[in-house]
Amino acid sequence: MNTWNDLKYVETVVIDNINLAQDAFILRFKRNFSFKAGQVVGLGVKTDIEPRLYSIASGENDEYIEILYTEKLDGKLTPMLSILRKGDKILVTNPFGTFTEYSDSPVCISTGTGIAPFISMIKSGKGTNPTFIHGIRTPEYFYFEDILREKLKDNYTQCCSGLNSPKFFNGRVTKYLTENPVNPSKKYYLCGVAEMVVEVRDILISKGIPYGNIISEIYF
Amino acid sequence: MSQDIKEKISLYGLTLSEISAIVKEEGLPNFAAKQITEWLYKKDIDSIDEMTNLSLKSREQLKQKYIIGLTPSMKVMESIDGTKKYLFKTGTNNFIEAAYLPETDRATLCVSTQAGCKMGCLFCMTGKQGFQANLTTNEILNQLRSISEFRNVSNLVYMGMGEPFDNIDNVLSSLEIITSEWGYAWSPKRVTVSSIGIIPAMQTFLEKSNCHLAISLHNPFDDERRQMMPIQNVYPIQKVITEIKKADLGRQQRVSFEYIMFDGINDTDRHIKEMVKLLGGLKCRVNLIRFHAIPGTPLNGTPDARIIEFRNALTAKGVFTTVRASRGQDIQAACGLLSTKEMVKK
Ligand SMILES: Cc1cc2nc3c(=O)[nH]c(=O)nc-3n(C[C@H](O)[C@H](O)[C@H](O)COP(=O)(O)OP(=O)(O)OC[C@H]3O[C@@H](n4cnc5c(N)ncnc54)[C@H](O)[C@@H]3O)c2cc1C
Ligand code: SF4
Repeated sequence: MNTWNDLKYVETVVIDNINLAQDAFILRFKRNFSFKAGQVVGLGVKTDIEPRLYSIASGENDEYIEILYTEKLDGKLTPMLSILRKGDKILVTNPFGTFTEYSDSPVCISTGTGIAPFISMIKSGKGTNPTFIHGIRTPEYFYFEDILREKLKDNYTQCCSGLNSPKFFNGRVTKYLTENPVNPSKKYYLCGVAEMVVEVRDILISKGIPYGNIISEIYF
Repeated sequence: MSQDIKEKISLYGLTLSEISAIVKEEGLPNFAAKQITEWLYKKDIDSIDEMTNLSLKSREQLKQKYIIGLTPSMKVMESIDGTKKYLFKTGTNNFIEAAYLPETDRATLCVSTQAGCKMGCLFCMTGKQGFQANLTTNEILNQLRSISEFRNVSNLVYMGMGEPFDNIDNVLSSLEIITSEWGYAWSPKRVTVSSIGIIPAMQTFLEKSNCHLAISLHNPFDDERRQMMPIQNVYPIQKVITEIKKADLGRQQRVSFEYIMFDGINDTDRHIKEMVKLLGGLKCRVNLIRFHAIPGTPLNGTPDARIIEFRNALTAKGVFTTVRASRGQDIQAACGLLSTKEMVKK
């Protein structure tokens, strides 16, 4: 299938491809469109591989676009993304998606790279007084923790399932939510893989959060 | 299964062009490809030895690397209404289900396309088990081939576990085998693929297949659909419908919309009005589906009387609407109830 034919896309230039952790990268490239925090773009390096979707991780007013991604060794696109260098060309679709409207005091929950739309929201100064709960396996994947600590202070909770330490909650996000109170008057925004989203949604619903107060983005 | 068998490639589920490539690679005469597809898809053989119009040498050669690759179901459950649910093992340790629904004038088989699903719809049991794997073309078609009612099946619906358009390549190959002259040679009118509307793959499907398309609509309002179906954030139903309206549908290709009825949630007059607005100008049918409550989901089914009113109101406004008969509820074979979560945990 060649989906690129049906899409509006541009070729743009890589500014940097920063290796954050073993298999995690931030791809930074020149921007030639405006977008809303929470939107996604389709990315590719050539048109014979259909575009993969990525949440934009930079702020609405930043000079460039950033994508946070992990390399899947058996994947088609990410091994090609991980070898991109400054000056290389990539294909980027117009931004789209509507995971963009945040209430006041939103509770944002994500695992892994599911942090991307929330970091874009925070960098863009949207979503007043957000709370953020981030789950990862080992501490090197606490992406953007400096910004989050600085901006959110006590409203930032780190859950680490693969290493016990007094520095963060020891266990998965689901364990954290099971053991801690939730607030039925707040809106919950979930982002990440389906397993996490459906498990967290079930826990929140079982704790009295109306399903209409839970909005999810799934990285399928 | 022995190590030997595991490493061999299944011929069942390969398209003519894939089999032609094998025939070429093995140095068999070109016409052997058609002979093989005939054995596989018309004569329903179970072993390469039965391909008697291939030379003994060719058969022995094929057997070195290939098997037919049929997998019997592990378990069958039968409902009081005659519906049967078949359980199959796929991949390394995944489980999927297919539902056989006999009626007086036809028999429908509902097949799965993935073990689990990534789409996380609020009202769906399959969604609750997360994603395990895409099914291969062999595994999709094996659900048809390996049930005892195989030759009685008149209609095939891709509405079981998983999102077909998240496994578009294998789904398209299976449709090619079902509808090609060299394959089962079914009319595409007998096959319906159901999707929540992943637009790029839907466009590919509409370009390449004449089979019917069913879209899971469930709510015409953007904000309300988003609360139940995360896909709405990425591929909103309004855009899905715009794309369908733009597509050049085959003369006999039908589009329908599935609409599970949730009490007080998507069954109001407001929803009727919006449905009429959304579907206006599109030749289509709406199928209303009773909701079977699932554990941990804060949704209830609309009472039957309201379902009928809803149907009548839509039909009166020019949107042809039917109510889908509920089947196999006692064996969890009804729409949205297929799940192998318990087996995934083991
Ligand atoms: C809305 C949205 C936003 C997203 N945002 C991000 C983001 O911000 N950051 C990010 O890192 N990712 C994001 N993703 C995921 C991303 O789109 C890609 O899926 C991911 O990067 C993998 O791409 P790939 O081409 O390397 O792997 P693919 O080739 O797509 O494979 C992905 C994985 O699936 C497995 N797989 C592939 N084919 C099959 C098959 N037939 N059967 C079984 N398994 C198979 C592979 O082994 C691999 O592990 C997002 C997805 C969506 C839908
Ligand atoms: S309704 Fe379909 S797409 Fe949604 S979770 Fe269930 S199987 Fe997946």
